Amino acid sequence: MKVEVRVYPREGVLDPQGKAIAAALGRLGHASVQDVRAGKVFFIEVAGRDAKAAEADARKMAEELLANTVIEGYDVKVVS
Amino acid sequence: MKFGIVVFPGSNCDHDCHHVATELLGCEADYIWHHDRDLKGSDVVILPGGFAYGDYLRAGALARFSPVMESVAAFAKSGGPVLGICNGFQVLLEAGLLPGAMQINRGLRYVCRDIHMKVENDATPFTSLYPKGSVVTMPVGHMEGNYTAPPHVLDALEREGRVVFRYCDLQGNVTDAANPNGAARNIAGIANREGNVVGLMPHPDRCAEPLVGNDAGRKMFESAVAALAAR
Repeated sequence: MKVEVRVYPREGVLDPQGKAIAAALGRLGHASVQDVRAGKVFFIEVAGRDAKAAEADARKMAEELLANTVIEGYDVKVVS
Repeated sequence: MKFGIVVFPGSNCDHDCHHVATELLGCEADYIWHHDRDLKGSDVVILPGGFAYGDYLRAGALARFSPVMESVAAFAKSGGPVLGICNGFQVLLEAGLLPGAMQINRGLRYVCRDIHMKVENDATPFTSLYPKGSVVTMPVGHMEGNYTAPPHVLDALEREGRVVFRYCDLQGNVTDAANPNGAARNIAGIANREGNVVGLMPHPDRCAEPLVGNDAGRKMFESAVAALAAR
């Protein structure tokens, strides 16, 4: 099965990378850009067919390693 | 008196620390490979700078799962002095031995230069030889030194006197201009509640003898020796 884990800076946490990207987009003429937050996506292949179990596993992975929950939030989606 | 210097794949200041401990201070020192659990009878453990595991995912994120970190955590819990320098500080944060997290520098660039910092806590085993309030100059070299933590954690650090070093100008003024990376409240180094675990972004190991133009870092190592002698 395929699981996607998105990890991103928590709301309210300063995101220097997102700020720089927003500024760059502005310089490129994308005047409508108001804010950008930059994160990461993990595409994970897991064995088994139980979507619930896969999601629970991926949450655990996010808590233990993929996200630093001091500054980052995450969400998990079973894709297929 | 023996220093144990942890070596992760990607550590690159391990030899600097070894040099200070042995050549400059005349102490014993041993390297501890990250796969080992045996701290080899070390009295002080140092997590040196570098790029453990290539800083993949996040600086320090993978290193914290090395077998040696279980031993380091147990050593710290028993009161053993542990110092994390730069990447070593990042590992201590990821391992939860110190609170908070590192973000990319606010300037989005690697910062490599001398900084000044104020000694705010002279009661740790690594700072006892620096007069409280004095200004110390050390080099930094990092991409992720922008220390952050939830406001209540920052408040607790302040209240409990656990901010060990704060970026300042040469006169000791804690200003935004003197902050090289955007760290919350100009924090350059912190300690755990007990004071025996200290992490800092600047490099005392890179400024411990006149040969390199600055020996301000030597006292951090000497403080540890003094602390152990006083036990």
